[in-house]
Amino acid sequence: MSTETNLTSRAQELVTEFEMFDDWMDRYQYVINLGGELQKIDEGFRTDAYRIHGCQSQVWLQPGSEGTRIQFKADSDAQITKGLIAILLRVVNGAEAKDVANADLAFLEELELKEHLSPTRKNGLDSMIKQIRLYAAAMAAQSQTSK
Amino acid sequence: MQDSQNPGPRSLESIRADFPALHQEVNGQPLVYLDNAATAQKPRAVLDAISNYYERDNANVHRGVHTLSQRATDAYEGARERIARFLGASSSREIIFTKGTTDAINLVASSFGGSKLGPGDEVLISEMEHHANIVPWQLLCERIGAVLKVVPVSAEGDLIYEEFQLMLTERTKLVSLVHVSNSLGTINPVRQIIADAHSMGIPVMLDGAQAIPHGRVNVSDLDVDFYCFSSHKLFGPTGFGVLYGKASLLEDMPPYQGGGDMIEEVDFEGTTFNEIPHKFEAGTPHMAGAIATAAAIEYVEEVGFDFVAKQELELLAYATNKLKSIEGIRIIGEAKEKASVISFLVGSSHPYDVGTILDKMGIAVRTGHHCTQPLMKRFGVPGTVRASFAFYNTRAEVDRLAEALVRVSGMLS
Repeated sequence: MSTETNLTSRAQELVTEFEMFDDWMDRYQYVINLGGELQKIDEGFRTDAYRIHGCQSQVWLQPGSEGTRIQFKADSDAQITKGLIAILLRVVNGAEAKDVANADLAFLEELELKEHLSPTRKNGLDSMIKQIRLYAAAMAAQSQTSK
Repeated sequence: MQDSQNPGPRSLESIRADFPALHQEVNGQPLVYLDNAATAQKPRAVLDAISNYYERDNANVHRGVHTLSQRATDAYEGARERIARFLGASSSREIIFTKGTTDAINLVASSFGGSKLGPGDEVLISEMEHHANIVPWQLLCERIGAVLKVVPVSAEGDLIYEEFQLMLTERTKLVSLVHVSNSLGTINPVRQIIADAHSMGIPVMLDGAQAIPHGRVNVSDLDVDFYCFSSHKLFGPTGFGVLYGKASLLEDMPPYQGGGDMIEEVDFEGTTFNEIPHKFEAGTPHMAGAIATAAAIEYVEEVGFDFVAKQELELLAYATNKLKSIEGIRIIGEAKEKASVISFLVGSSHPYDVGTILDKMGIAVRTGHHCTQPLMKRFGVPGTVRASFAFYNTRAEVDRLAEALVRVSGMLS
């Protein structure tokens, strides 16, 4: 399976999981729980340099890779935000950097999460996606030149 | 004795019926609106005043000879009279129309501060100020070399009065304080503050944005030098506010902005300015805003400030007790005198998480730093959740908030 398919299938998996809940409170609870399972960020990355700006709560993204594949960590001081970034990372981690750089991550629309977020949260989520893509693009470019 | 003009106190139910926005569902639940300190909902009387103005009287004010312009001017200047009476000002000349509280403070900082203060002079504010009563003074101080002094706040959320007294010196040229704190609900001892400042010849400005909806303010009785508020927190329209200033001070201040209406005569060699209050009102004003503010005042006075105060204090006491009984809730700000505002935290949860989930349950509260970042730093928190009550809120709504918070606390633990 190509990692691009991987990316899509992982997104699809999340969509299916979310479809199990018909109550928004349960979905939020699930988002919060996913945040709780997020792998801890290394202490040195909880700094301004790794903070994603544009979020009302604080979010830190630690870029990393295994070979040419993305392996990011992240953290936030707000649990729902942490859950949202956990969802993003579950989809992109393990995928090829070049695929993530070009991914539209449209599955978020299918989770209907976006329309249930406040505009400030939506902007925050967009900032997270943008930052993930930027790191991925930089990694893809680096592995291209080092070949 | 009850006269025929005053039918006596109205039921809460009939008062709520006056506010169309209160009667709607949010996320499938009946709305519980507890964000009144940010902006209050509008009664039908205010909405009607706005639409009547545009449907019937709309014309530019002052200098017009035609009938509509006369009507609009009469209504607009009538609103000024009404607002002057409401505040207990000695003349409507002392009532300047602004865009809001922020605009009013900027006006005083720029015009009074810019002309009366110099290098080394001090402006005294407090740690509980809204950014609107911090930043204009910082800009002024930077521009003219004046110094901003900040009175600290106690752990309970009270102004540390002894510090205030110590910081009043011959260098102090203006005291600018919040009347009621938007984040904590603290009611400052303004009468004492004004008396102490005046005993040293120092004028006092009060930011009344959070005070004006909760009780009667009489500027003459207070002997305050400048007082300002925003209409939208007093059940009136957004984009409109009032600055009261003593005529003797206003007359001696230069204009704030230049433009139409504020002039007496314009010549390329120089311009002479209009009398107060028009000297400070450049450009076509917010006519509908003024007229609807008068309608809002009319409405609140009809409901009665006695009823407002009684209802709000009851809600505050009831909600404070309810919230304190929930494990993990910590109230920030327990000043001796408080308006109907409760800032709190749920365990170690981020305020945004709490606010987001409450919204899912149809409950509107504010979360964040409430434009008081220095105060949040003082309490060592990134922000709070804030529930603020108006006279149209009910005990049943407080119950909904408390039940929802129990659920939120479980979800976020």
